[in-house]
Amino acid sequence: MTNESVMPDNELLREFLLETHENLTLLDSDLITLEKNPTEKNTLAQVFRTLHSVKGTAGFMGLVKLQAVAHAAESLLSKLRAGDLRFNPPIATVLLRVVDAIREMLSCIEKAGNEGLGDYTALIADVDRLRETGSGDLPVTAPSAHGSLAQPLLSTAPSVSSALSDVTMMTSAAVASSLSSTSDPGLSPLPESPAEARSANVADSNIRVDVSLLDKLMTLVGELVLARNQILQYSELNSNDSFAGAVQRLNLLTTELQASVMKTRMQPIGNVLNKFPRVVRDLALACGKKVHFEVDGQDTELDKTLIEAIRDPLTHMVRNAIDHGIELPETRIQRGKSEEGRLRMVACHEGGKVIIELSDDGGGIDVGRVREKVLAGNLVSPELVSRMSAQEIMRLIFLPGFSTAENVTQFSGRGVGMDVVRTNIEKIGGTVDIESQPGQGTTIRTRIPLTLAIIPALIIVSGGQRYAIPQVSLLELLRVTPGQSGRGIEMIHDVPVFRLRGMLLPLVFLSEQLRTVAGEESTDVYNIIVLQADDRSFGLVVDAIGDTEEIVVKPLQKQLKNISLFAGAAIMGDGRVALVLDVPGLAKCARVISATRDRELMDEVTTPETIVGTGQSLLLFATASAGQMAIPLSLVARLEEVRGCDLEMLGSRSVIQYRDEILPLIDVVQELELLMRGTHCPSDASDKCESPAGIPVIVCVAENQKIGLIVDRILDIVHWNDELTTPGRSSRPGVLFTAIVQGKVTEFLDIAALVQNSMATQKIMTNDLQVVQ
Amino acid sequence: MTTSRQFCTFYLDHQCYGLDVLRVQEIVRWQPLTYVPLAHPMVRGLMNLRGQIVTTIDLRVRLMLPPLADPNSALNVVLQTDEGSVSLLVDEIGDVLDVTEQDFERPPETLQGVAREFIIGTYKLADRLLLVLDPDRVISLPAVSH
Repeated sequence: MTNESVMPDNELLREFLLETHENLTLLDSDLITLEKNPTEKNTLAQVFRTLHSVKGTAGFMGLVKLQAVAHAAESLLSKLRAGDLRFNPPIATVLLRVVDAIREMLSCIEKAGNEGLGDYTALIADVDRLRETGSGDLPVTAPSAHGSLAQPLLSTAPSVSSALSDVTMMTSAAVASSLSSTSDPGLSPLPESPAEARSANVADSNIRVDVSLLDKLMTLVGELVLARNQILQYSELNSNDSFAGAVQRLNLLTTELQASVMKTRMQPIGNVLNKFPRVVRDLALACGKKVHFEVDGQDTELDKTLIEAIRDPLTHMVRNAIDHGIELPETRIQRGKSEEGRLRMVACHEGGKVIIELSDDGGGIDVGRVREKVLAGNLVSPELVSRMSAQEIMRLIFLPGFSTAENVTQFSGRGVGMDVVRTNIEKIGGTVDIESQPGQGTTIRTRIPLTLAIIPALIIVSGGQRYAIPQVSLLELLRVTPGQSGRGIEMIHDVPVFRLRGMLLPLVFLSEQLRTVAGEESTDVYNIIVLQADDRSFGLVVDAIGDTEEIVVKPLQKQLKNISLFAGAAIMGDGRVALVLDVPGLAKCARVISATRDRELMDEVTTPETIVGTGQSLLLFATASAGQMAIPLSLVARLEEVRGCDLEMLGSRSVIQYRDEILPLIDVVQELELLMRGTHCPSDASDKCESPAGIPVIVCVAENQKIGLIVDRILDIVHWNDELTTPGRSSRPGVLFTAIVQGKVTEFLDIAALVQNSMATQKIMTNDLQVVQ
Repeated sequence: MTTSRQFCTFYLDHQCYGLDVLRVQEIVRWQPLTYVPLAHPMVRGLMNLRGQIVTTIDLRVRLMLPPLADPNSALNVVLQTDEGSVSLLVDEIGDVLDVTEQDFERPPETLQGVAREFIIGTYKLADRLLLVLDPDRVISLPAVSH
């Protein structure tokens, strides 16, 4: 919240801004609480205290307008506190307006150094009118119990309220005692009331720390971890007991230190969620709807930068839920629901990610309407829509320009909402999922990583040195060997290209771009990384492809800034530095995306692909005894290679640990045998377990669960046009049909049947699995 | 009245150079470097200095001296700059010397070329000459000619 325009030496003003911003957030939720429960004395006292301190500091700093507004609100509150008035919705509204006005002035002060030109006399008049009349409601008789000392001090005639606040300002002891008396009405006014003690505690146990200092701490701890790892390795060679003991302690301490430092950047998500009750209230009022809002999991912690980043997307989602999701009270009653809609926001940790779920019990998403709107807006071609499942159509609401609202309202309907939500969430490495039951409601589930500082990257080798490529721009990895599918790299004049599923993929040799010497790998085998830059894809040829690693990207210093090929550098697990490639910069250097002529040419190539959409993409693989087989690529989640020693047995089923989940494996050959004969053929799984080479596994999603297919070899991904070939009859159970693909008879696997069969035979086992998951 | 300054001294090709001690952050022995393709030849690579990524500049290349026989015997003089630390590779490290302003002299007019650009002046010590380098000029990229 540091701002250059605020004079840097004016520490006091900065402190005031920081503190008041925090307090205002609390005020919002406190006022809503009060609206629901007007007799909540503690909350009222808190609101009073906040406004009072704003007024006091504003006066001290010479911020006249701010002081006047806060003063008016304080006078109104003092009457409430004394019991002369009863808290009601008009009062809540006007107080919330006060909060907004204060916020407005604060941001002016932050930006321009003054209170701005806003005129708040009308607001002050409104506040004063309410103070006199209580919005026309008769002043409710005061609750019997209130502080004996507060009474004479604060409930004097309304006309002398300004004099009264002067008194409260000057005699802080009196204020303290009057506060304690209201918060604890039964007791005599002692200065050491619980409320007072608590606030003192909060202030004492917290200090403000610059984020850059925390970043530095984090880097140092990262290095400490590396040094620790080196010492650990060394200690294994060295069998000295006392040394081993010290290393052990160092090990534990480092781990703990790392965890604690990571925690310092974490903030409870409540900082964002707490503002939503106010948003919901305002929106619901404006839309004429009744909404009951629940928040859960405010304590869930995530990185500070992410907290800022999710604020807007969440607001959009809440707006959408109220504006489009929850129905008008009359409609709800007609549909047999309670008049008041329920909106629930839950945050929690799950598998190293933070999940924020927003669910409403409104009308749900009408798939038919989504389809209509998408077609009307010409957002997706009709053929494509006709082949989509309901779930896929629902996801179309994330398309740019999509809106089902008939009218553009102040809050939503401009067709940017959900698109913005998705882009913003994806920008921070998160995902958005949507689930909806027509008439029952909608749930939007957002998954975001715990921290932004770390990004996943693919490590590659070129010229004997490692480089990192951010995973966001990665499309797929190819390894081209000469014999495979008969084609290698082809040349158009001196420009290398590769045919990828019928499209020409321009190739860029990284060693050429970096002007380094290529590694001495045989020139017949090419490792191609298909990358996306802008809307164009190209293949980057590298010497070797390594693992993916989580890296922290740091900027390069000015001596190296002019090299557009690098986005920064990162420190790898072994302590060495690796350069991070800048994919758009690389594409520009290699002229993949610069020339306009190039662009037009590419577009011509791209169009046929979309038209040929009548067919489908197939993943071809081979099994030892059954020849070439295929499954639709749409079912495939990932291709993996697992080591034999990673296979674990659960009953008679092999499983692997995959991304913190248990992935059941099906050996395709065995399962087909089983389907045909009803018996298990002699297992060769044990051979595989011993073989040191990786076993190719196709991770696919079938019957709503992830499953791994063990195959012998993964061959290719091809585009197959089913209109040009006539499928043959099924050869055996577990096979849908046969057809000729790439000149070979290919069996199309019926994954659903395989999975069902395997489930049936392993029923008990599966149940166990689900429990574990 | 004499004012005295402190210089961190080091050697390149048997010649003694000095940098203002207040700008020198630390001396580190040879660290493995990550080569940066396409960079100016004076940039030898990137070094991991306790989690900070530091650009390492070969002072011999910068001053157009012949390369060191065993490049891995070089030492890093880490400088503090506005943009974080930058390291200079030198042959050998000398002492931190106190010098008096009386002994200072501007470089002679006959000194030409790159040396003139970087050398602020010399301190005439009893047994040798100490050449004082301008830290900011040494670490900035030469103006691009094309």
